[in-house]
Amino acid sequence: MPKLKVDGVIVDAPEGSMVSAAVSLAGKQSFRRSVTGEPRSPLCGMGICFECRVTIDGRPHMRSCQVPCRPGMEVRTDG
Amino acid sequence: MGKPYDVAIAGGGIVGAACADECAAAGLSVAVVEPGPMGGGATAAGMGHLVVMDDSPAQIALTNYSRTLWMNLASALPPDVEYVAAGTVWVAADDEEMSEVHRKRALYESIGVRAEVLDARQLAEAEPHLRPGLAGALLVPDDAVIYPPCGARFLLERAQAHGATLLRVAAKELRGEGIKLSDGSFLSAGITINATGAWARDLTPGIEVRKRKGHLVITDRYPGWVRHQLVELGYLKSAHSISTDSVAFNVQPRKTGQLLIGSSRQYGADHSSIDTHMIHRMLARAREYLPGLADLSAVRCWTGFRAATPDKLPLIGPSPHDARLYLATGHEGLGITTSLATGKLVADQILYRPSAIPVEPYLPGRKQEDAHA
Repeated sequence: MPKLKVDGVIVDAPEGSMVSAAVSLAGKQSFRRSVTGEPRSPLCGMGICFECRVTIDGRPHMRSCQVPCRPGMEVRTDG
Repeated sequence: MGKPYDVAIAGGGIVGAACADECAAAGLSVAVVEPGPMGGGATAAGMGHLVVMDDSPAQIALTNYSRTLWMNLASALPPDVEYVAAGTVWVAADDEEMSEVHRKRALYESIGVRAEVLDARQLAEAEPHLRPGLAGALLVPDDAVIYPPCGARFLLERAQAHGATLLRVAAKELRGEGIKLSDGSFLSAGITINATGAWARDLTPGIEVRKRKGHLVITDRYPGWVRHQLVELGYLKSAHSISTDSVAFNVQPRKTGQLLIGSSRQYGADHSSIDTHMIHRMLARAREYLPGLADLSAVRCWTGFRAATPDKLPLIGPSPHDARLYLATGHEGLGITTSLATGKLVADQILYRPSAIPVEPYLPGRKQEDAHA
């Protein structure tokens, strides 16, 4: 099981899961904030809606539902 | 047919709105004819860069005057106009361009425009994402950025607060005595103004205004990634020749943290669809200066048409064939900057007021020399 960090919280993600699952497992309800500060979280789960974006290893605006979990990843939400 | 208006304006872009604002503020009765969204034409094709440009003495006079008007207006602008005094950084790639930086600084200083030379180290500190090895830059700190459609809407609303009327119909025919509208009625006026941007020749055949297509790309939000409007110094001289398709490095930080990436110019492209080869060229040019752009995410690209003239100066004032028909078009890539000055110069001529700068270089009847012939 890949072990990764979400906002500093260590998560054991199931093998083959996406970063979006790890963020949920970390207990985050809001993945990011809209321009006006509203909470946002995954809607489509297939890379279309862009609502699930997080920062992964320093790269902002990564679609968490499209990136498989890898050991040692540092994930940051703006939620 | 109702009571004639003093002034009837075809076009609710930023230039038409600025003319309406000035005329209404002076007490004239004003009607604006615009079937589409405010600032949805040439205005939406602009980056909203408020900039002093020195391609010709008349261009300096107009852009400097108008930028001063924007600076004076800044505190009255609502938040959605997104006025940010980001400043322009004219990037010099080599020593030859660096000598141009010094020439430009001396010129700007002579007309009271603040400008500061950055050496290579200062430039790298000011804009860390620029590639290493650039020679330096000229920083023009009082240049600014706005969101043009909301700027147009603000000016039009201010005109309406002074009694101006907005008519949501299209202008079919434009004559000095009024505008024939798409609903079949005729709008009588003492003076009419053609402010329909790149489409001005449809209403006033024969004027020297051509459509010039441009592409823009906007990224996701990366706050602080770029801090000033970054433009390559060769922007007009080498990059945007008057006759061929061209691209230039021009990247702007938006208030949202998004990056607006330009610029391209094309003649003879009448279709508004995206030309992917132009987008590729434009982004390749931008990546030469900002290599890290390749890792950022673009969310939208679009095109628009700007109103180009042979001598790269707008047409502002009465038609040589009809003293009651005014033109306010041909602003090409500087229409957002020069809109406020255009409104002033139009109202000055209608009201026989003295103008802050000479009006002659922009009069429609002038003999136009091709700027790059």
